[in-house]
Amino acid sequence: MLPLLGLPVMAVEDRTPFADAVLEQRYQALIRETRCLVCQNQTIADSNAPLAADLRRQIRQQVADGASDADIVNYLVTRYGDFVLYRPPMKPTTWLLWSGPALLVLIGLLVFARVIYVRSRQPLDEEPA
Amino acid sequence: MWRYLIPVALFVTLVWFFARGLYLDPGYVPSPFVGKPAPAFSLPKLKDPAARLERSDIVGELALVNVWATWCIGCQQEHAFLVQLASSAGLPIYGLNWKDDRSQALRWLEQLGDPYVASGFDASGDTAIDWGVYGAPETFLLAPDGTVLYKHLSPLTREIWSREFLPRIAAVRGE
Repeated sequence: MLPLLGLPVMAVEDRTPFADAVLEQRYQALIRETRCLVCQNQTIADSNAPLAADLRRQIRQQVADGASDADIVNYLVTRYGDFVLYRPPMKPTTWLLWSGPALLVLIGLLVFARVIYVRSRQPLDEEPA
Repeated sequence: MWRYLIPVALFVTLVWFFARGLYLDPGYVPSPFVGKPAPAFSLPKLKDPAARLERSDIVGELALVNVWATWCIGCQQEHAFLVQLASSAGLPIYGLNWKDDRSQALRWLEQLGDPYVASGFDASGDTAIDWGVYGAPETFLLAPDGTVLYKHLSPLTREIWSREFLPRIAAVRGE
């Protein structure tokens, strides 16, 4: 176990950072929002699949060439669809996905409130002697 | 009445979603190119690095574009079927040789047969990204005007060919 502790978190990084801290931060943010399609539960920042390396290289190049974040996201989505984004975009087909958890909490609260209300109106049972 | 019906309805809905989820393949990501023009590309040819294979070379008739590589096990599985198709399907098959070693790829075609009219040699993988490729083998069916009609992911078999490709080809040919 011990040798593992020494491994850097960014084991798959394969490049020198941007000299410009703003560009570096944008690049880092972008690769953390992009799904690796080969190993779907990893971002391309975490994955060392060859395709992930190619996509990092593309994104790095485009950031260096002055593309905006929206341009780059658009580049990825036209090729791989919304699935390549770790956070699905808000649109009619994903409204339920985004609002689902809040809806469930709301339903739970309503049921809870109703149970409390109904119980509060019942006379207390007498303690058995 | 309602206090029993609502939970039961919720339960049935959940079970329906879970049951459906069991039969979905999470590895299958639908291609956003279906119904859209195939992306432009220009690659050196595998067999003749001085010549180039471009989008304009493959549009004009129904065509298949098959993404392959010698490191890809699924490509090995489907290769014999591709060789059969090349002589029987009546449409050209083009190859996109993805991040491969040129000499190994040439040897592979020599040993196993070459079903491709031509293969583009994509050493960097950039063309594959432009085509939304994420796992070889992938096979695109292109209409004569260059529209992507269908993309299949996983090795081709006769059964998949009859089920997914033939009806689409027949529709274009007006049969």
